[in-house]
Amino acid sequence: MTAPVLAVRDLKTYFVTPAGTARAVDGVSWDLHPGETLAVVGESGCGKTVTSLSVLRLVPEPPGHVLPGSLIEFEGRNLLTLSAPELRAIRGNRIAMVFQEPTAALNPVFTVGEQIAEVARVHLGVSRRAARALAVDLLNQVGVPDAARRAGEYPHQLSGGTCQRVMIAMALVCHPQVLIADEPTTALDVTVQAQILELLARKQAELGMAVLLITHDLGIVAGTADRVVVMYAGQVVETAATGDLFAHPLHPYTAGLLASVPRLDGARGRLRGIPGAVPPATAWPVGCRFHPRCPHAWDKCRTEEPPLLDGPAPGQSARCWLVSEPERRKPA
Amino acid sequence: MSPRATVALLALLAAAGTAVAWARRRALATRAGRRFFGHPAAAWALRVLVFFSLAAALAPLVAPYDPGAQPAIVTLQNAAPSWAHPLGTDVYSADVWSRLVYGGRVSLGVGLLATAIALSVGVGVGATAGYARGWTDALLMRLVDVGLAVPRIFVLLFVVTFWDRISVGALVLVIGLTGWFTTSRLVRAEALSLRERPFVEAARALGASPARIVWRHLLPAAAAPIIVSAALSVGNVMLLESGLSFLGFGVQPPTPSWGAMVADGQGQLATAPWTSFFPGLTIALVVMSWNALGDALRDALDPRPEVS
Repeated sequence: MTAPVLAVRDLKTYFVTPAGTARAVDGVSWDLHPGETLAVVGESGCGKTVTSLSVLRLVPEPPGHVLPGSLIEFEGRNLLTLSAPELRAIRGNRIAMVFQEPTAALNPVFTVGEQIAEVARVHLGVSRRAARALAVDLLNQVGVPDAARRAGEYPHQLSGGTCQRVMIAMALVCHPQVLIADEPTTALDVTVQAQILELLARKQAELGMAVLLITHDLGIVAGTADRVVVMYAGQVVETAATGDLFAHPLHPYTAGLLASVPRLDGARGRLRGIPGAVPPATAWPVGCRFHPRCPHAWDKCRTEEPPLLDGPAPGQSARCWLVSEPERRKPA
Repeated sequence: MSPRATVALLALLAAAGTAVAWARRRALATRAGRRFFGHPAAAWALRVLVFFSLAAALAPLVAPYDPGAQPAIVTLQNAAPSWAHPLGTDVYSADVWSRLVYGGRVSLGVGLLATAIALSVGVGVGATAGYARGWTDALLMRLVDVGLAVPRIFVLLFVVTFWDRISVGALVLVIGLTGWFTTSRLVRAEALSLRERPFVEAARALGASPARIVWRHLLPAAAAPIIVSAALSVGNVMLLESGLSFLGFGVQPPTPSWGAMVADGQGQLATAPWTSFFPGLTIALVVMSWNALGDALRDALDPRPEVS
């Protein structure tokens, strides 16, 4: 296997709040390999977004801080020890990001062409005129019709889907190695979602980018990801190749997520979910953090926190005692 | 009054009228423009300001006499308004209308320049404090607290006593540097809220430096309150300059300023009221116009949709 382009090791991002220290990301590790798509999935509040923000050190400090001992390695350097100017040279240039709310992530007082051109002027140091030409060219590439005219329009004049195309164009200006897409389609119509994902996949293939896809939508994961990291309560609870994860999930949380997806085929009935909600990040449960919601939990789960245990499939591991004691798994 | 001065005065009146009519026609096409001219005093405020600004800018053409000339200090002292001297003459026999026109250069100039200084410092400090937060913010805002706690007129009087004859430039600087505190608070509040908006986060994610984020993303979005406070500040500063000049600490004679003219006339208020009345009226009109302009801009730039 090739060396990862982006490696996260034991990432801990805590927030100091009046209610106590919120351990939003608590010892997360994963590798992102060149050209692949790694999906990070989980419910709201499980630390997906904080993980992605931590990579580019965009977590607001204070109240947040990344603990020493965490490592985010990109092109042989630990991003957590870089100076602010070094970091800015990477942001938007080598690692770019696409956000969840495209209409809010664009500045309302500048035309979209100006905003794309701004990235080129920051990182490529090109002239105003060249940057504008590049902006129109990129809008063409991301499939915005009549790009020259659209470049002169303001975000409020464009649809959500077009705005997201603009955000992607902004992210692609410098041909980044890594694209972090944080819920890129959540705010969009379903038909537009498919177009945006298609666009991302096409640009990924063209440019050989690695994509870190943050999502809660398992349908998107199945369609686009090579590998999946499932997060729960600030930890990685399962990691596997996409096919293995969908075929035989090891962690009860993963299984619960999969079972919650409404299906077109099969028996109709009430929508299934996982009972309960993610506990607050200031008070993760002792032992396995999922045990209060787990149908299989026994005494050991309430006292001892499981490590990531390797499962039968290569590259699949889960933070669950069931991996070592499969006989305790209750039949569904 | 010479034919040139008469023509110039009529031209000024016509120019103020047509300029505002033209601006209004164009503005009514936009929603903000309709709201601006929806303010009852906006059009009149603009006319007054255009009139006095043009008069000041074109003073040599508009003024019938040299503002410093004292042609006949005995026979022409405190002459009542007449065709030759439309607003009368003052105690030194100088033409009041001519001094008023030239005085506008000083009074309006001081108002605009001091506001520009106050605005630059206030915006810089406020944006820095609001974007940086933490101890930078705490330090700067405590400085602002101190600045706001000390009465401004006291500081100004204290400073100007160091100079026997303070130059207009120094006066502008002193007024400007004592007037940025409220602006900085306003801008800081805007910056604090804007810095949490997704487009600012997106700009950071794309590698924009703090200076670029403040300049390109925070300030344009905070422009509306800054513009309104600038308009209100000009009137405020002009009033302050008039007050200082009236007390004899501001613009020094023979340079004409509206406040100094009021002071010159106060000795003969009973016998020649026009010497103080017309400059006083001008101050009142112009300051009220700046305030009305600020008010109308506030209506126009209010991002909340109209309630109809």
